[in-house]
Amino acid sequence: MNPASPIGRYGRSIARFWSSSLAAEMEYQFNLLIEVAATLTTLAGSLFTLSLFFGRGQKLGGWRWEEALVVLGVYTLLNGFASTLLRPNLGNLVKQVQSGSLDFVLLKPMDSQIWLSLRTLSPWGLPELVLGVVLVVVGTIRSGARPDTTALLTGTLMLLAGITILYSLWFVLAATSIWFVKIWNATEVLRSLLAAGQYPVSAYPASLRLVFSTVLPVAFLTTVPAEAILGLASGGSVLTGLVIAGLSLLGSRALWQFALRHYTSASS
Amino acid sequence: MSQPLPSRPHLHRHRLLHAGRPALASALRIARALFISQYALMLEFRAEILLWALSGLLPLLMFSLWSGAPAGAAAGISPQAFARYFLAAFVVRQFTVVWVVYAFEEDNLLGRLSPLLLQPLPLVWRYAAAHLAEQATRLPFVVVMVGLFFWAVPEAVWIPSPHRLLLALLAAHLGFWLNFLLQHAITMLCFWSERASALERFLFMPYLFLSGLIAPLDLFPEAVRRFALLTPFPSMLYLPAQLASGGSIDALAGFRTVAIWLAVLIPLNLWLWRAGVRRYGAMGG
Repeated sequence: MNPASPIGRYGRSIARFWSSSLAAEMEYQFNLLIEVAATLTTLAGSLFTLSLFFGRGQKLGGWRWEEALVVLGVYTLLNGFASTLLRPNLGNLVKQVQSGSLDFVLLKPMDSQIWLSLRTLSPWGLPELVLGVVLVVVGTIRSGARPDTTALLTGTLMLLAGITILYSLWFVLAATSIWFVKIWNATEVLRSLLAAGQYPVSAYPASLRLVFSTVLPVAFLTTVPAEAILGLASGGSVLTGLVIAGLSLLGSRALWQFALRHYTSASS
Repeated sequence: MSQPLPSRPHLHRHRLLHAGRPALASALRIARALFISQYALMLEFRAEILLWALSGLLPLLMFSLWSGAPAGAAAGISPQAFARYFLAAFVVRQFTVVWVVYAFEEDNLLGRLSPLLLQPLPLVWRYAAAHLAEQATRLPFVVVMVGLFFWAVPEAVWIPSPHRLLLALLAAHLGFWLNFLLQHAITMLCFWSERASALERFLFMPYLFLSGLIAPLDLFPEAVRRFALLTPFPSMLYLPAQLASGGSIDALAGFRTVAIWLAVLIPLNLWLWRAGVRRYGAMGG
């Protein structure tokens, strides 16, 4: 890649960022054991909870057990993404606003939103990422769905859309720390609401279903990607998912630029 | 002092308290002062506490799933019974939340622990008072949430019978102490490790899945249910929620489990505390 091009420059910087943060985290290898144990226990608990809804051949919101596994797999995958990138980076953003070191980030010859979103990489979300993929594959195979290339492509696309929406939600929340310094507790609220994504959105009553497809687009985080992989997604929901992903990314960008105009550093 | 004071033996036993006052009155005075000061402190953080309280919406989410799930109807539990159970679970959860390990770890890492340890009052009471004060701060929020829930689901409105309500309040409060003691035992490991809070997850996960937060225990497979009832977790949620919501429950067996676990956890915590403080002194010196 041409070293002078901005993409090459950003790519090389991010590669350096990530290799250095991985090297730093490798100091704590015992953590990996704890994370693997915690991920396995959580997954066992989530599977147990889900199984309670499928007693004797029962369905949940029209979904069979094997299909619901795909939803849980996508949820686990997104959780892994949040632990790998969102929580460490956006947690830092809040700290930098509090301490005033955000000033130095703004002075760097790099886009501040990209720097803040990609500066570190935590390997501790890896077990969740792997188990999420395993669950998606197992659920897809056992449900009898044989996804063709189109289904796999749409599934990947919807997964990327889900990741984009999740990122935007987190970033918007973290960016509001420019105004409300102690926003971090709000991420706990977000996390507890996103837990709704462990189940197919059709399992909820109509009023909540509406909330989960509009205000808090949980439906497009887990249900629609799972539908796409299983070949059940309608063209309309795929299109809506893409539009919401695009809009939320633009929204996070616009909010960040608006926030920076209001940023007056920690001391003033 | 050369003269012994045989006429006032409690001076020796409670030499930390004010001389001349009966010990109980003195303890009550300290408890009152602690609670009032911690309550004032918690009111400062009411916005944060509101967010914490909002993050406990899981029981209401589970209600919306269970009330429409065929598996719930197949088990013979009506949407109305689910509504009452999960609303009770939501309220109980609000008053049994424990965060002592995080408070202690922060105090430890920031070096605030040494002056606190010098105070003539065992540290645990300060944290306990902070928890009780935080519960008081949550009260108005919980009242509003219950009102909103009844407005949204009017068929769920019920008034528990007085004796069930009293038993539920007792069970919820004992559940809080069980939860507190369990986490306090982990907290004491802070004396040995800087990041003991990482272990708290291994307490939270069984709590999440076995306490009855995700479903009333009656829906569990028989073997899992029997195993769960041996652990302290259902005592913190299922027992008080079932008592308050009018579901069937063996209250006697429930309270017996609470008593057994308290009998295990109180000596364990005392022992860990003494060993930990000795180690803390060794680290400083």
